[in-house]
Amino acid sequence: MPLRRINDFTIRVATVNGSGSQSSNLVLSNAIFRLGIPVAPKNVFPSNIEGLPTWYDIRVTPKGYQCRTREVDVLVALDAQTWREDVAGVKAGGMIVHESTYPVSGETQRDDVTYFAVPFLEMGKKNFPNADLRKYLINMIYVGVVAELLGIDETTVDEAVRTQFRSKPAAVETNMNAVRLGVGYAREHLPKQETFRVERMSGKTEGLLFLDGNRAAALGCIMGGCTVAAWYPITPSSSLCEAFITLAEKYRVDPQTGEKRVAVVQAEDELAAAGIVFGAGWAGARAMTSTSGPGLSLMAEYSGFGYFAEIPGVIFDVQRAGPSTGLPTRTMQGDVAFAYALSHGDTKHIVLLPATVEEAYAFGMEAFDLAERFQTPVFVLSDLDLGMNSWMSRPLQYPEKPFDRGKVLTAQDLAKLDSWGRYRDIDGDGIPYRTLPGTHHENAGFFTRGTGHDEQARYSEDPQTWQRNLDRLTRKHETARQRVPQPIAEEANCSVGIIAYGTTHHAVVEARDILRDDGLGLDYLRVRALPLSPAVADFIERHERVYVAEQNRDGQLYGIMRAELPAHLIARLHSIRHYDGVPIDAHAIAEPIQAAELEPAVVTD
Amino acid sequence: MSTTTNLNIIGLPRDVYKGLPTTLCAGCGHNSITNHLVKALYDFGAQPHRLAKMSGIGCSSKTPAYFVEQAHGFNGLHGRMPSAATGAKLANRDLLVLGISGDGDTASIGLGQFCHMIRRNVDCTYIIENNGCYGLTKGQFSATADAGSKQKNGKINDYAAIDLCGLAIELGATFVARSFSGDGKQLVPLLQAAFAHKGAAVLDVVSPCVTFNDHVGSTKSYAYVKEHDFALHAPDFIMHGKEIEVDYEPGTVQSIELEDGSHVLLRKLHGDYDPTNVMGALGTIHEARERGELVTGLLYVDTKETDLCEREHLSETPLAQLREEDLRLSREEFAKLTTPLA
Repeated sequence: MPLRRINDFTIRVATVNGSGSQSSNLVLSNAIFRLGIPVAPKNVFPSNIEGLPTWYDIRVTPKGYQCRTREVDVLVALDAQTWREDVAGVKAGGMIVHESTYPVSGETQRDDVTYFAVPFLEMGKKNFPNADLRKYLINMIYVGVVAELLGIDETTVDEAVRTQFRSKPAAVETNMNAVRLGVGYAREHLPKQETFRVERMSGKTEGLLFLDGNRAAALGCIMGGCTVAAWYPITPSSSLCEAFITLAEKYRVDPQTGEKRVAVVQAEDELAAAGIVFGAGWAGARAMTSTSGPGLSLMAEYSGFGYFAEIPGVIFDVQRAGPSTGLPTRTMQGDVAFAYALSHGDTKHIVLLPATVEEAYAFGMEAFDLAERFQTPVFVLSDLDLGMNSWMSRPLQYPEKPFDRGKVLTAQDLAKLDSWGRYRDIDGDGIPYRTLPGTHHENAGFFTRGTGHDEQARYSEDPQTWQRNLDRLTRKHETARQRVPQPIAEEANCSVGIIAYGTTHHAVVEARDILRDDGLGLDYLRVRALPLSPAVADFIERHERVYVAEQNRDGQLYGIMRAELPAHLIARLHSIRHYDGVPIDAHAIAEPIQAAELEPAVVTD
Repeated sequence: MSTTTNLNIIGLPRDVYKGLPTTLCAGCGHNSITNHLVKALYDFGAQPHRLAKMSGIGCSSKTPAYFVEQAHGFNGLHGRMPSAATGAKLANRDLLVLGISGDGDTASIGLGQFCHMIRRNVDCTYIIENNGCYGLTKGQFSATADAGSKQKNGKINDYAAIDLCGLAIELGATFVARSFSGDGKQLVPLLQAAFAHKGAAVLDVVSPCVTFNDHVGSTKSYAYVKEHDFALHAPDFIMHGKEIEVDYEPGTVQSIELEDGSHVLLRKLHGDYDPTNVMGALGTIHEARERGELVTGLLYVDTKETDLCEREHLSETPLAQLREEDLRLSREEFAKLTTPLA
């Protein structure tokens, strides 16, 4: 009798893309989540519309780990192209639900797994005369089969189907019929299995949302008062602007007059999108664009202008695997160093690094306050994993504070002032005052320019003036250090620490548990923004060795730390890097630390 | 003149419409355009605080500093002004957006943004100060230089010129005019009509570069343009509310009412040119090019098409002025939207 795995296994669904399997997989994930069991779905999909292999991993975990795992326990095989490698990927003791016409012989015949053959294609042909719908409904059959084999009740699946098709209620019954076909087949023809089962639990998912980061960020933009959005479609960020549009159509249109309190422009390219953002920011609107790496490259020109002319604007970068076009549908934290210094000359930007859906929302909102407070571009660096996968999330908080519109002089303010200077640092924080076009006062106007300028915004080539302005911009950046989201520390006086950011966080959570079981405690600091908070240096100061884990080849945050931190701290840093395009898992972090800390070995960076 | 100068219709003296002294070359056509702009803005009664002067990079793009010093200026990136102008107009639809560009800025590096600004019909006046060369980098040909025209160093341009007016009409521009920096009588009324027009108003103004492109063999020199200018009509601009007095022969004047109730009167000089006929406009541009003539005047106008802000049904209150209560969801809406398992 194999070990029973209650609420603790990973399902991999292998299908061809374009067959609607995403809906089926979300139904499965949602149904398990509804039973109070934590789930972490990861969609590993191709850059293609139809016909290429796609995998969807649903991690079912009683501890609530949200990161990817390498292990596959339950395979649903519906792609003949990948049948052999999919079988090989299943862990010993696992189970395989597969299309019954796939050959189980030679390599695909393993004696350490259990096979459940289902005639999906035949059932599809027999039951769904509409060939267009057939491929979608076949995927709902496997939902039924898996639900029955794992012990998910029909009512819960029904609720999940209703959630998935809430915008088209007519589809609910059709899809449920397909689910019932699967349930019926499994009951009648498949042996019962007791190894992998789900059982309703409590205390883990109550009150949690199940949401993707892009939609959360879009809600952040709405609540943050964004009124101008300009974008150019690009995976994996498109769903952010599309969610913003959906929300705006619902909440920003006057029901009586049809008047909109928002403008959305699908621009001709990302550079134009950035231009629209900074034009709108200059004129006083809260504006954003969302993109991914290739788009960010195009936005470099306007980002430098925004930095130097000091114009607010919010740029979401849902990072994907680069360089160049790279892997459009795979994840990476590859734009951190680039975004931080985006554009030529000496530029330093504010970069927010959300790790969770909750932060995608909260930072999405706060970015607008920071952009207007600091009169500068603010980058929100999410990634494909956070942006496009569904995550369990704590509830999103309604904002209690009004907008921070920053230092804006109104006509009334100007009436009290003899003079003012657009780029004069009155308060010593490096942040000057601005006026908005349309301000009805004869002193309101100034000349915004990307060329050298003095405190009055006049063109200047004077060496001292030029340097003074650059130094003030540095002062402003230093002010931001304390004002951006500060790191979160979890410390227990360990001698070894780890620093991570963004979605790497979720692998760190599990890795720390693994290492704790090995007897190695690891203090943790999660960086949430650039410029680095002084708390980062303080944390390193308290530890003998600090690992810096991130999802890129070159150790980009590690590099920024090396450039900015005192020399004696740099020697304590060790870089851990993961960059194969799929989300980082706990072992990618635990293994190098085990090797370095538990055995007498030397880790080089 | 004494300090009791004339005031315009909003009670401002002409000096308010002036800017800093020019830093362009003496005799530059762009300076003439600046002077015509000062007159046009003064005559039009533009409110300085509502004016957004926007530009890209190049000699032309420096000129927003030389008029209406009180107004906000935005000297942005090379070829990227249209996107910033689009954003500014969306943020505050009350602004009178005035974009100044050049032939390098528009026809080469900024051609894409120029096209898409027209496609969206962003309500702005877009002036191309067209001298057929890159002045600020010392005289290289631009994409509006005519094939066969000669650079100062003797090089001949082998490539056909991009005709920005023809292109604009093809893209659906709703106001397209061509003029000459030396012809204030024609340009000032055209500028005012462009301000009054609701939508993207494109003015291609040939403006000789006295330093690099005013020699024999250039088709953008003062001498060449004066000789080859083929004016379709002599325009007049009649402010909304003012009576239109026509003292021309019947049938020789075409009056076009603009969206704000003002009129542009076109006294016909050649034939029966109708600037509301798109095919006629394109034909006229092509024919003039074949004859080696520079056709000037209001080439095309469409007062029916809606501009971007209207098409997007933007609120009358500028977006930049909306507040938390206008923009955030209510607590109830938020709670409903973010309920677990909703």
